[in-house]
Amino acid sequence: MMLPFFVIIPLGAAFLISLFGKKIKSLGDILANLGTLSLLIISLYSIKLVSVNKILIYKVGGWIPPIGICMVMDGLTSFMLVTVNLVSFLITIFSISYMERYTDKYRFYTLFMLMLAGMNGVIVTGDMFNLFVFLEIASIASYALVAFGTEAEELEASFKYAIMGSVASSFILLGIALLYGYTSTLNLADIALVLSNKPQGLMVSFIGVLFLGGFGLKAALVPFHAWLPDAHPSAPAPISAMLSGVFIKTLGVYAICRIFFNILGVSSKIFFILVILGVISQVIGALLAIAQNDIKRMFAYSSISQMGYIIFALGIGTPLAILGGLFHLFNHAVFKSLLFLNSGAIEYSTDTRDLKRLGGLNSRLPITGFTSLFGSMSISGIPPLGGFFSKLIIIIAAVQAGYFVSATVAVLVSIITLAYYLKFQNFAFFGKINKAWQDIKEVPWSMGLSMVILAIICVVSGLLILPVFKSFLLSAVNVLLSGNAYKDLIFGVLK
Amino acid sequence: MSGYSEYVLCLLLFCIGLYCVLRKRNIIKIIIGLGIIEYAVNLFFILVGYRIGGRAPILVKEQTITTMVDPLPQALVLTSIVIGLAITALIVTIAIRIYEKYGTFDITKIRRLRG
Repeated sequence: MMLPFFVIIPLGAAFLISLFGKKIKSLGDILANLGTLSLLIISLYSIKLVSVNKILIYKVGGWIPPIGICMVMDGLTSFMLVTVNLVSFLITIFSISYMERYTDKYRFYTLFMLMLAGMNGVIVTGDMFNLFVFLEIASIASYALVAFGTEAEELEASFKYAIMGSVASSFILLGIALLYGYTSTLNLADIALVLSNKPQGLMVSFIGVLFLGGFGLKAALVPFHAWLPDAHPSAPAPISAMLSGVFIKTLGVYAICRIFFNILGVSSKIFFILVILGVISQVIGALLAIAQNDIKRMFAYSSISQMGYIIFALGIGTPLAILGGLFHLFNHAVFKSLLFLNSGAIEYSTDTRDLKRLGGLNSRLPITGFTSLFGSMSISGIPPLGGFFSKLIIIIAAVQAGYFVSATVAVLVSIITLAYYLKFQNFAFFGKINKAWQDIKEVPWSMGLSMVILAIICVVSGLLILPVFKSFLLSAVNVLLSGNAYKDLIFGVLK
Repeated sequence: MSGYSEYVLCLLLFCIGLYCVLRKRNIIKIIIGLGIIEYAVNLFFILVGYRIGGRAPILVKEQTITTMVDPLPQALVLTSIVIGLAITALIVTIAIRIYEKYGTFDITKIRRLRG
């Protein structure tokens, strides 16, 4: 049984690196890369397991749920695990060279692996309080990682992020306390079972609001987004890629999906709220992004906008829309981490992120320029790339479901997205080069390698909707569509 | 109404903490406010499992327990307190470093990030 290894491997790597990393210099690089590589392999293997068995349950310590804690592997879990571990593996490759800029590289890897352990834990767990604990592990590691450079701005961003994140966690814990008081159980499937036997009351709605606020802040939906544009740019580039690429999706979108679709049950009210939040996030994120001159800050606002697409798609709630939403989640994880790594490569070579001072980098940084072109085209929805298909599916689904105004807004936001990515390309890579950077060199091989691989995934990810690969997405979509049947599946396996 | 007074007080404590986080300018006071919020939530969790006249849930032979306090919230709150400690320690460390960089604890003067 491999389910606990998704937590054990990163946790063990973090422990070993923190213990011996100071003495053995290259230990951090080796262990972190081996750890994420093995996680990627077993998460890819999990696709096959899920397609055969549909659902797998690991009973922690041998206690039978609902008394004990269980870990659950179904289509959605396996989809998220592949996304998270794929991105984190490529980011650890990038970090080998990039993190030479900082002192105490082994501490970086320790925190990185802790964050990964927390994220994988959130995805595999089948227990409410366990989810909270993993969420806090990932959050605390990310607060520390945002402040990793210990410059004034980084500390300020980290403080802001930590305060808002902790208040959100308190809301989530309050929701868990109320849910426990109402259902007397913490196992996710058991909660769903108890709730289905009780009449729909105000209590469930109140708990829903608390969770929506708490996880909504982690997902940086618009009324709760204020921390993201500070925190994501301040972190070292690999961490920005990690935070924007997978962190907000795991702790935000995945948790919202799992809790609302499978446990509390979605009503038309929740769908409506998700659509509204999604549309507002799209518009505000895009409008704020276009005015930015700091590359990473522009990408951070763009993340808010793209998260809006995902939440909007989930709020439409038709099978096609959910397919589009999850597909966009995967695509966004890939191209946003690619773009943040590109910004890291630019910063590595030129020591600035200010678009006004850059220009003409294509001649000096060909790999960075070329890969970032693919990332920018994919995120703005240029046809053959992955981002085009996911946005197209979302918009078609919105029109089919009768959300004409929102669909129009989504198209317009996509055009704005194209505009600010053209601005980024134009200011950074085209035109005349600034004298100061006449003789900079291309970034080291490890950074180049991970950017190239991500760019290739950007290009081929459109193939995921082909019938051959579609089952990967569909098994995740079916979990969300099955709704309350989640508990029947789990209790069916346990018997 | 009297049966709910402890919940009302708990909510009041939560609101005091929230007010402190939102309105105070000194970052140390904000951290204290965060602590108050955490304690309010922990207290609420304990109250959820409490029973009037309940006893500790220890199983003894030849003795039937009729009313006992639910032990699960207490175990969970223990975990939650430890998490709270970690967050507080981290944020206080960041606050000290902020003071070294900015020379002030006033949140309105710590504003280098814009946009």
